[in-house]
Amino acid sequence: MKMLSAWERITIARAQNRLKALDLIPHLFDHFVELHGDRLYGDDRALVGGLASFEGQAVTVLAQSKGRNLDENLSCNFGMLHPEGYRKAMRLAKQAEKFKRPIITIIDTAGAYPGKGAEERGQAEAIAQCLRLFSQIKVPVIALVLSEGGSGGALALSVANKIYMFENAVYSILSPEGFSSILWKDETRAKEAAELMECTAFDLQAKGFVDRIIEEAEQGLEADPLYSIVQIKDAIRQDLNAMHKMKLNVMLEQRYQKFRKLGAQL
Amino acid sequence: MNQPFHKRKERLNLFQTLFGKKKNIKVTPSEMNIEMCPKCSTAIESQTLKQQNYVCSQCNHHFPLSAYDRIDAHFDADSFIEIYAKANSNHLNSFPDYLNKLTKYQKSSDLNEAVVVGTARIANQKVAVAIMDSRFMMGSMGQIVGEKITRIIELADRRKYPLIIFTASGGARMQEGILSLVQMAKTSAALERFHQNNGLYISILTHPTTGGVSASFAMLGDIIVAEPKALIGFAGRRVIEKTLQEQLPEDFQSAEFLKAKGFVDKIVSRNSLRTFLIQVLKLHNLEVKL
Repeated sequence: MKMLSAWERITIARAQNRLKALDLIPHLFDHFVELHGDRLYGDDRALVGGLASFEGQAVTVLAQSKGRNLDENLSCNFGMLHPEGYRKAMRLAKQAEKFKRPIITIIDTAGAYPGKGAEERGQAEAIAQCLRLFSQIKVPVIALVLSEGGSGGALALSVANKIYMFENAVYSILSPEGFSSILWKDETRAKEAAELMECTAFDLQAKGFVDRIIEEAEQGLEADPLYSIVQIKDAIRQDLNAMHKMKLNVMLEQRYQKFRKLGAQL
Repeated sequence: MNQPFHKRKERLNLFQTLFGKKKNIKVTPSEMNIEMCPKCSTAIESQTLKQQNYVCSQCNHHFPLSAYDRIDAHFDADSFIEIYAKANSNHLNSFPDYLNKLTKYQKSSDLNEAVVVGTARIANQKVAVAIMDSRFMMGSMGQIVGEKITRIIELADRRKYPLIIFTASGGARMQEGILSLVQMAKTSAALERFHQNNGLYISILTHPTTGGVSASFAMLGDIIVAEPKALIGFAGRRVIEKTLQEQLPEDFQSAEFLKAKGFVDKIVSRNSLRTFLIQVLKLHNLEVKL
């Protein structure tokens, strides 16, 4: 793995040509059937969800989607979810529970959308309910952080038994720009902030948040995605097998304890 | 342009209250303790203001309330037993200037962290409570705040107490990075278990409840009430205005706005809250003895 600064990784993670969720899904799964809408208000294109087969086993896929070109970027709001996106995720998660399908989430968002409609329709409530629901959903949950995991908007879909993170992905409480603007009232010091924020996969593995780091090919993820895909498939296969062997309450306790243990000393 | 005139008017009001009309009156030091309502500029004696639980009798403006004043205002006298009072974040990490900030807030607020937790009685019914205090680093949630809240949820679950949480927070605490963000998940997961065991959770949103706290335990109450005019929302107003390049209406993200949108059960004025809580506890077949 390459030794890079946090800022260098952020630059890689945010690049327009970075692999997106819609590129990743056909690599990881077969027969993806997209399902739309939250049954309450609308269909948020920033959250792509549906059924698929992982090596012959039915799974539910919930992916934050930034889009691969400007048209897609606009239609999916650059991956920034509205409450409808979180509510669609919850609807599909409950469906997964009913049909005993494991859930695989793909995290790729700068954050939940800070907009007027989003607030009016309860962005905070939608995220809170997501956190609550996923903590006890009765099927295995695996989260894969693809490039950016920003704040509560990313966390809402990260309440998983196992969290994988790409080598050059970042995950943080807010963007380095936001961080430096609050801390130093200066948005231009984002680079400096990034190094302080401990937001790389390696930082987060050390803190117990990330379970596996997915290596990216020397020449870049885009140049050789299969290099990473193989690792992800191996990891999902192993972890799902292990979880299928567990009793339900043990599997749920594993997920509960993963978060319960984080920052637990007084 | 209105600002300086407004300020002058405030000062004039204060002056008139203190010295106006009645001449040669001796002003004692306690009478000098006057506070100004920031909404309607009425001058109120500090003592009176405290007796009114820091609510302006003229315009019903709710002043910020410290955690301990809130306990005095709503629970049976001397019933509060605090736990984990000494827990602080001073040892957690070496983020630049963090320790300095913590010690500064510890001095100015007389608190060790932004939340006070424990058990109390309300009309004799035992309850588990957490009260956030926005004076401590904007009530931000770091590991200690998240852990104290999780432990009080777990205590309520074990002892079958109703749970009452007062929220007041700017969100997750950025100096603690990911370990503060995940407190949202930890507290929400503990609440889900509490709910599955049929625990009663009343969430009381006070000014301000935003960011990671609004997007976790604040919004997960069986009953969610808010203090009048409290600011409640996920994203900050400035961030939204910058994103949309438009001005938001004055009442955007106010408690009343959230109620109209269906996210708050009821707006309850601070001085009616105790009665409201007793009524709700009673309707859950809990033993309240007035």
